Amino acid sequence: MTENVWILGIHMTPFGKRADKDVLDLAAEAALAALKDAGVTMRDMQVMGYGNLRGQTSGQSLQKQIGQTGIPSYNVSNACATGSTAMRAVMMSIKSGESDMGIAVGVEKLYGAGLLTGNDVGSGPETWTPQGRNGAIKNLDGYIGTSGMAGLFAQIGMAYNNSDPRANFELFARISEKSHSHSTLNPNAAYQNKMSLEQIMNDPMIAYPHTRSMCSANCDGAAAAILVSESKLRTLSLEQQRRAVKISASVLASDPWTEAAQEFPDVSTVTRNAATKAYELAGVGPQDLNLVELHDCFAAAELVHYDNLQLCEPGGAIDFFNSGATWRDGKTPVNVSGGLQSKGHPIAATGIANIWEVATHLRNEAGPRQIEGAKVGMAHVIGLGSSCTVHILEKSSL
Amino acid sequence: MPIPIVNYLALDPQPHLVAQQCTACKAKVFGRHNACPNCFALDFTEVDVPTTGVLKTFTIVHHDAKGVPVPYCAAVIDCGGMTVMGNIIGVDPDPEIITRGMEVQLKTYSLGNDAEGVEAIGFGFEPV
Repeated sequence: MTENVWILGIHMTPFGKRADKDVLDLAAEAALAALKDAGVTMRDMQVMGYGNLRGQTSGQSLQKQIGQTGIPSYNVSNACATGSTAMRAVMMSIKSGESDMGIAVGVEKLYGAGLLTGNDVGSGPETWTPQGRNGAIKNLDGYIGTSGMAGLFAQIGMAYNNSDPRANFELFARISEKSHSHSTLNPNAAYQNKMSLEQIMNDPMIAYPHTRSMCSANCDGAAAAILVSESKLRTLSLEQQRRAVKISASVLASDPWTEAAQEFPDVSTVTRNAATKAYELAGVGPQDLNLVELHDCFAAAELVHYDNLQLCEPGGAIDFFNSGATWRDGKTPVNVSGGLQSKGHPIAATGIANIWEVATHLRNEAGPRQIEGAKVGMAHVIGLGSSCTVHILEKSSL
Repeated sequence: MPIPIVNYLALDPQPHLVAQQCTACKAKVFGRHNACPNCFALDFTEVDVPTTGVLKTFTIVHHDAKGVPVPYCAAVIDCGGMTVMGNIIGVDPDPEIITRGMEVQLKTYSLGNDAEGVEAIGFGFEPV
């Protein structure tokens, strides 16, 4: 048996427009606050995991700002799952016995970035020249489907449960209505304003059925976590032990072969596989979860993940949502942070930020948005292409 | 000689898509692969994909990179069991007109000529 790994300290910076700080400032803000929260210093860290997908910074560049002790940094890149993958790198180091404490940091500056697939396709070559594995003679975006994320996830949602016609514009907008309502209680969210169904549906259309307020918000932000082995944790103060959060399951998976997914991304099979393994590792079931932060990069994505994470009966996500189960006063509150649609989605920070949200409830420190009595929670992240992390966290019983 | 937008669009004798089929497990993929992602075998043969199919899901893109004409309908089509990405063309990109489950057919169109006068051919799917 390898050791259990715990979260000793964790922090998420406010998300939004952070014009006063550069990438390393934000990473340092999260890292220093997480260290303080854990009651330790860089001297105690033996390993670092670092993710900054769109910037050019590394863990080493962060160490030059907060403490250079010579520890290794795993600089990871795993699309939207970058932060949670960085955390897993630290966790694997602890599980292997190579270290007993480490720090994971995810950071991104995305405010005003526009389309993440690029904002200009250019005029193309003077002569048609086949390029790449498909021998494409031009950028295929807009000619053979879309490479835009809002459109890709719209199609994923519209295909739900064999293209159920009830998976429609209004349903997805109501999911967004929940996200924006939840965000009013989160002072760290990039957008904290409540939005009516009408406001959401009348917002500018990005890719039907996703209007602007149904898309994850590009913003700046960072999150960091301090992980510790259980045996090391038991040597620390009772207060540190009481506030520590147990990582009952940590799973990272890639999409397995399915014929359909060769052409069109399949975020469902990989999520289902990762969740199944996570439940098995943690020894808990979906009915035990007091809250879930799932990867609602777009409103339609949230619907399919109710099913993929097995929060509802197979094929039952629409009825599950319609029952009110995923509102903060429902049976399985989902994205009480406001989710990526409201809280924001600074890509490499998201994987740790979702874990921070769940951990904060398990510590009973979530203030006005606290889910009372939360003991077990789940954090899920998808990186298109596709990777998936699922973490199941439990309140300390030490 | 016109040139297809991608190498898996064959223009003759009638326009159709061509998949690479693994000789071992019969899995089908588009484009060049080093090995079969399902069974890891190394050999593929070419097979024609049916030119008609069923629209499984779609989106109508209103906001895209500069240079991409909007709005357009991007869709996923099931062509005899093979999943194909393509745009719905020949009708307005309107969710009142385009519906999941509708039957569609492959159509080609000109993408214009390059500096040397070579015409490029694109494809999409039209409601039957």
